[in-house]
Amino acid sequence: MAKPKVAICWLGSCGGCDEAVVDINEVILGVAKAVDLILWPVALDFKYNSIKPMKDGEILLSIINGDVRNSEQEEVAKLLREKSQLVLAFGACACLGGTPGLANLRTKEDIFNWVYRDAPTVVNPEGNYPQTTTIVNGKKLTLPEIYGRVYALNDIIPVDYYLPGCPPPPHLIMAAISAVLEGKLPPKGSTLAPHRALCDSCKRNKSKPERMAIRDIKRIHEVEADPDVCFLAQGIICLGPATRDGCGEACMNINIPCRGCFGPVEGVVDSGAKFVSALASILDVQSDEDIERIANEIMDPVGYSYRFALPSSILQRKTGKNK
Amino acid sequence: MTEKITINPITRLEGHGKIEIFLDDKGNVDDAYWQVVELRGFERFCLGRPVEELPRIMPNICGVCPTPHNMASVKALDDLYGVEPTPTAKLVRQLHYDAFMVEDHLLHFFILSAPDFVLGPSANPAERNILGVIAKVGLEIGGKVIETRKRCREIIRYLGSKPPHPEGGLPGGVSKGVTEDDRKWIKATADYCVEFCQFALELFKQVVLDNKEYLNLVLSDAYKLNTYYMGLVDDNNRLNFYEGKCRVVNSKGEEYALFDYHDYIDHIGEWVEPWTYVRLTYLKKIGWNGLNDDEGTSLYRVGPLARLNVADSMYTPLAQKEYESMFDILGGKPSHHTLAYHWARLIEALQAAEHMQRIANDPLLTSKDIRNMALKLGKVGIGCVEAARGTLIHHYEADSDGRTTKVNLIVATQHNAAPICLSVKKAAMGFVKGPEVKEGLLNMVEMAFRAYDPCLACATHALPGHMPLILNIRDRSGGLIRTVQRS
Repeated sequence: MAKPKVAICWLGSCGGCDEAVVDINEVILGVAKAVDLILWPVALDFKYNSIKPMKDGEILLSIINGDVRNSEQEEVAKLLREKSQLVLAFGACACLGGTPGLANLRTKEDIFNWVYRDAPTVVNPEGNYPQTTTIVNGKKLTLPEIYGRVYALNDIIPVDYYLPGCPPPPHLIMAAISAVLEGKLPPKGSTLAPHRALCDSCKRNKSKPERMAIRDIKRIHEVEADPDVCFLAQGIICLGPATRDGCGEACMNINIPCRGCFGPVEGVVDSGAKFVSALASILDVQSDEDIERIANEIMDPVGYSYRFALPSSILQRKTGKNK
Repeated sequence: MTEKITINPITRLEGHGKIEIFLDDKGNVDDAYWQVVELRGFERFCLGRPVEELPRIMPNICGVCPTPHNMASVKALDDLYGVEPTPTAKLVRQLHYDAFMVEDHLLHFFILSAPDFVLGPSANPAERNILGVIAKVGLEIGGKVIETRKRCREIIRYLGSKPPHPEGGLPGGVSKGVTEDDRKWIKATADYCVEFCQFALELFKQVVLDNKEYLNLVLSDAYKLNTYYMGLVDDNNRLNFYEGKCRVVNSKGEEYALFDYHDYIDHIGEWVEPWTYVRLTYLKKIGWNGLNDDEGTSLYRVGPLARLNVADSMYTPLAQKEYESMFDILGGKPSHHTLAYHWARLIEALQAAEHMQRIANDPLLTSKDIRNMALKLGKVGIGCVEAARGTLIHHYEADSDGRTTKVNLIVATQHNAAPICLSVKKAAMGFVKGPEVKEGLLNMVEMAFRAYDPCLACATHALPGHMPLILNIRDRSGGLIRTVQRS
């Protein structure tokens, strides 16, 4: 019997998700035996042209990481969707838009102007900006079009399953691959990670006082955080209450608070809104002045609450697509 | 009629890119372009973020070399807050950094590049990968590659959380130190790494240097480029990954400049071309002289070979021996042979492993003094490290609340972008003859950029993205004759 075909592909990503696949270590050798890896640009020499002639659905599973920000990424996503029975959005960028999604706070023009004109090291006497088509010495060179904003994968193609994290940790990757190969998948649309919040498994949770009452917000570099005590109880912003569990408390273990790379818990659409609501409920405020004072101490609400999820947030959907 | 060959995606590198090769009437290569096809925007969307969050955001530029971004960022914060990390914090940071250097350099050699040498440039593309390498060299060696990487990444996980996205690092120190108990396994890992790096160098000698055909390839003109070189050195001009001054040598190996990286704007310019999203850096004082390696070139290279060319010596004894042997065999210093990047990479991995060993045995490593809290917020912070792929500069400015107001980044693959364009063109001219082009020869064009271990995710920090390589063969009028995507 022919082995099932599997593709691993990156769109607008940093390569960290591909490293995460390699982080399953020797298990990868077993996976490579069990399936026919037909695309993995970081490690294998197959090109897109080998995918194009395939029949629809010929690929059992496409594991896609990264967000979508240009026309080539959109084309590759659509090509893999067409040829695949299952698409797994892999990692925070594909699931939620990821950190690079914060670029949706700026316009494409602003980014281009800095990068190609205003940065202190740029020397651009001819005022060149990259073009989708350029003629150099009579030869035509093309580049993909960069879109006005960053999209999560399910803005562009239907996605069957989600594996969150920046990047997803090895144990969840192995569980997801096993579930596909053994045909033991949950209903389509599921996120292949625990349903509860990070706080529910956090070792610091038992240190929480009976009633949380934050008087002052502190920034991580200003204090020597107690490694055994809940960050929020210390007045340090931590996304634990609104973030899905499953990372193995990677950041907590080095005494650094959560920034939400696993996205919203089950049943919640917008993790940022959920976090703001959770935070509001534990602030100790007695007056309007208190509210204003503490609100001002939260220096970067959008950067904390939507570090990994701005493109998939309610804030962004309202603006609609803007290519 | 000119033909055009497109390779897309380019593979076994980090990121998205493509190569266009134009052929003339006779089927000879007329011109070739290496294009980076995406752009991100970190320099803009970091504005407004609290500066202390940047060491956690910047690693998202590149999940392959996230540790250098984290480290350059933390060093920029030290500078911004006018604070020196405690001696222990510095050791902890360097331990993290050395562990990264070892695993990343070995990853590149075994997973991305070894297929071209162990299996051969023209091997069946379906087998020309790490799995094919393991099939050929045996599971025992393959297992050791995986084991070394796993152990190094355990150190990164222990000190910096997720290896593809470290989240630690604070101005003046680190968020977590090392305990006496944990020193034991860290020491064992360092010893294991020194041994394995020596083995990897032996393997390189057997597979590449003892094979006359490969050695000729390494020394061939198609893979040679005469440029300047840049890298960090310590006060004794020894190679240093974590700190030092920026030294530039010319193509004869003479010192052209030695500068404090705070003055990078005086020395480095970024040129913009309309056909690629990456900015091409050059030596500003010489001025932009286009894509060439003639006498008047202002192009320089960074990364392993560049660092060995720039430094007077290595920092550790075993690596020093290998350094001497490399330049002996290559016919002197500096070496302009692009494929020697692979060799230099393994020598650097050995230095990092030896240095890791030294730190693991340092009594200060386990002190609890891991933070210097004497922070005094200034206006500007600049941090610089030698990333695996070359010099990395993070420049931040902040307002009086510590809110980011300006970010400028110069990353390794940007320095190398123009030389990579040239290397690809030279290799194409050396190996490609149309109209029928064998896949293996196109792979030899890809080998020209693979030696640099380019990271396009980094190079395009400015918007989102990656670099697959496409090779298009076009006729003179630009008509697409063939797109080569190995299958």
